[in-house]
Amino acid sequence: MTRILVDGVEVDVPAEYTLLQACEEAGAEVPRFCFHERLSIAGNCRMCLVEVKGGPPKPQASCAIAVKDLRPGPDGAPPEVFTKSPMVKKAREGVMEFLLVNHPLDCPICDQGGECDLQDQALAFGGDSSRYAENKRAVEDKYIGPLVKTAMTRCIHCTRCVRFTAEIAGTSDMGAIGRGEDMEITTYLQTAMTSELQGNVTDLCPVGALLPKPQNFRARPWEYQKTETIDVQDALGSAIRVDARGREVIRILPRLNEAVNEEWISDKTRQVVDGLKAQRLDRPYIRENGRLRPASWQEALGTVAAKTKATKAEKIGALVGDLAALEEIFALKLLVEGRGSANLDARQDGSKLDPRFGRASYLFNASIAGIDEADSLLIVGSNPRKEAPVLNARIRKRWLKGDFLISAIGEQADLTYDYDYLGAGPDALARFIESAPTASAKRIVLIGQGALTRPDGRAILALAAQAARKHGGLSEGWNGFSVLHTAAARVGALDLGFTPGQGGLDAADIAKAGVLDLVFNLGADEIAIEPGAFVVYIGTHGDKGAHRADVILPGAAYTEKFGLYVNTEGRVQEALRATFPPGDAREDWAILRALSGALGAPLPFDSQKQLRAKLGEAHPHLLRLDQIGSASAADLEAVALQPATAWKDDFAPAITDFYLTNPIARASATMAECSALALDRLKQAAE
Amino acid sequence: MKLDQAAKSLFLTEFIAAFFLSMRYFFKPKATLNYPHEKNPISPRFRGEHALRRYPNGEERCIACKLCEAICPAQAITIEAGPRRNDGTRRTTRYDIDMVKCIYCGFCQEACPVDAIVEGPNQEFAVETREELYYNKERLLENGARWEREIARNIALDAPYR
Repeated sequence: MTRILVDGVEVDVPAEYTLLQACEEAGAEVPRFCFHERLSIAGNCRMCLVEVKGGPPKPQASCAIAVKDLRPGPDGAPPEVFTKSPMVKKAREGVMEFLLVNHPLDCPICDQGGECDLQDQALAFGGDSSRYAENKRAVEDKYIGPLVKTAMTRCIHCTRCVRFTAEIAGTSDMGAIGRGEDMEITTYLQTAMTSELQGNVTDLCPVGALLPKPQNFRARPWEYQKTETIDVQDALGSAIRVDARGREVIRILPRLNEAVNEEWISDKTRQVVDGLKAQRLDRPYIRENGRLRPASWQEALGTVAAKTKATKAEKIGALVGDLAALEEIFALKLLVEGRGSANLDARQDGSKLDPRFGRASYLFNASIAGIDEADSLLIVGSNPRKEAPVLNARIRKRWLKGDFLISAIGEQADLTYDYDYLGAGPDALARFIESAPTASAKRIVLIGQGALTRPDGRAILALAAQAARKHGGLSEGWNGFSVLHTAAARVGALDLGFTPGQGGLDAADIAKAGVLDLVFNLGADEIAIEPGAFVVYIGTHGDKGAHRADVILPGAAYTEKFGLYVNTEGRVQEALRATFPPGDAREDWAILRALSGALGAPLPFDSQKQLRAKLGEAHPHLLRLDQIGSASAADLEAVALQPATAWKDDFAPAITDFYLTNPIARASATMAECSALALDRLKQAAE
Repeated sequence: MKLDQAAKSLFLTEFIAAFFLSMRYFFKPKATLNYPHEKNPISPRFRGEHALRRYPNGEERCIACKLCEAICPAQAITIEAGPRRNDGTRRTTRYDIDMVKCIYCGFCQEACPVDAIVEGPNQEFAVETREELYYNKERLLENGARWEREIARNIALDAPYR
């Protein structure tokens, strides 16, 4: 720790801190454009100039000079930094004037207007008028993909976007060409960016040069109602802010959550918004003579109740999809079990995870933040870049720090970091278990759904647990056995025990023709239910599930209800309502409650508060928000001891198309465009 | 004191003074106007009925920056924006002013960076129903076309003081 005086305030900071961080620590505000906490230091905007005593006698870029670079005074007095002196004020005004020389005065038509760093800082630190009367520079706009719109004349060359793609996203999509006034930020050949995190450059851009294209000219920042909630597009539960204008969600931005997503979100999380408006189910439907016709709630619930009463308990089944919140899963479980059926399953992809093996067997036990302290990683049957891009960025961050050996079994994909490729199937995993143990004591064994959805998934789970046990994945104070889920609802459903009960059928059997007479489908769209059964679909979008349904009960999407979700680590988080569901659609738990009333056996709650209280009685850990409930590593020992005779087949990827994994994303035109582009790239690469 | 009063009453001085006053006003030019046929001159800064202007080449001035909507203290303005179909420029798809809510403060024309929304010299837009006072973009542009000459003259007259 080093003592330093900032504007007369003495602070004690680590010697490797930059002056800018030291100033922040002392409470002094330092303007900046190019500096960003999570990116490397570029020092090219020159906005963060400060005056130093004990350093060179000229204004210093505080982001690029460290506390240890300053000399103490002759009698050991701490070095001094001034952020408010006349020299600093003049220097900042000068820098700002230079920045504005070529920046167009088009704030009124710029979407960044109102949340623009340059606007704010020009007001706070700039001069009052311009002395520049010559022509301004004009730069041609570039095409860099369907998610980011460019207005390159506005660019001030802070290179945050270049550093983001090179360092965080790991794709090096963007770069700068030319020097001085001719410098331009571009993707070189005007190709679309390839990263799944590219949307983040619009947040990083301090001016309006890179803007979200789908939101082009739609709204001003002061018009939004902001709701701080969580995302359900992948199993991470990234912290997001949903910005709605009136009754319409316009955009989704990331929120800071160091434990989960830091400050990044994937493109699917960000730009799925138009999917919330398209293909929505806004009223109940009943199938008559092979065609769905609109119906009233009363009629639809009556039809379902009559069918339920007429069906024997063992002929009733229930499926839960990927986006359901704990409330409705719990309500559906009570409803179906109340009828006496044990045919429940939330694993529509056929995953072999089971709560009977203990909670540790299906959680990302290492925790997402734990990646930072791990010393090696084994990826089994997963492509984290597709299944959880933000998690992949975290792995890359750890890899960049060095001393992090990554090995992978399964698909040999471009994960944006180097890894040892061990093989494609279970035999490679077996070979790994047999290999000599290394010094690794904090290994993460990351198991993807690609390895677990196979018929021999249970054996793979056992092999993975063995690998973790033998190769430093399970040690004192460290549990590196980590299952990466792809569905936001999955861990919650497993926590609630939404799996086949005694003698119950699993998802594959429930979907089979002629096995069941009545299936409740709570938003499960990735499974094809064969003809035969009467299907009651409770969901949000006119997707596969709704096309197969005999009665459709329209539900609420994740931005339209209060709901609890458990992420892949087992962290309980609450999603909040940003807008109301469209038309006659209702919150899913309320639909199930109304249905139970129509059945004459009402569920024991009338409000969400009562429902949560009941949920808490049955599963206390699910009400502890933002906490990871306990999971015992001892369970994994038992898993490891299970018989493990795996097949020879290679692990197949769990997600083939990152952009179209759920009904909301499939309804989104933006996601469809991204998906088509990604497919094109694949084809070109194959040629 | 009493004598003074008595003299006034005797000579009817107050009566006569009042008579002269009446006569003076009787022959003075009238302050009242025969309104619909005669009108007062109004200042170039007069804030009357709103209008959306166009450039001389016919292009709409409004760029949908929404500053007028943001500053409107009565929240009388509603704007929806989007890229225009043919050239992708930023335009309003909807521009409504609720003239019943409007308090004619003139903040909207002050806020406008392109002089698109202005309060013109027209004050005679009384109507019979409330609905007719909900102006939409079409109506406002029509106002602009109708009053452009006066509005342009007023802006030019007021320019030296800005």
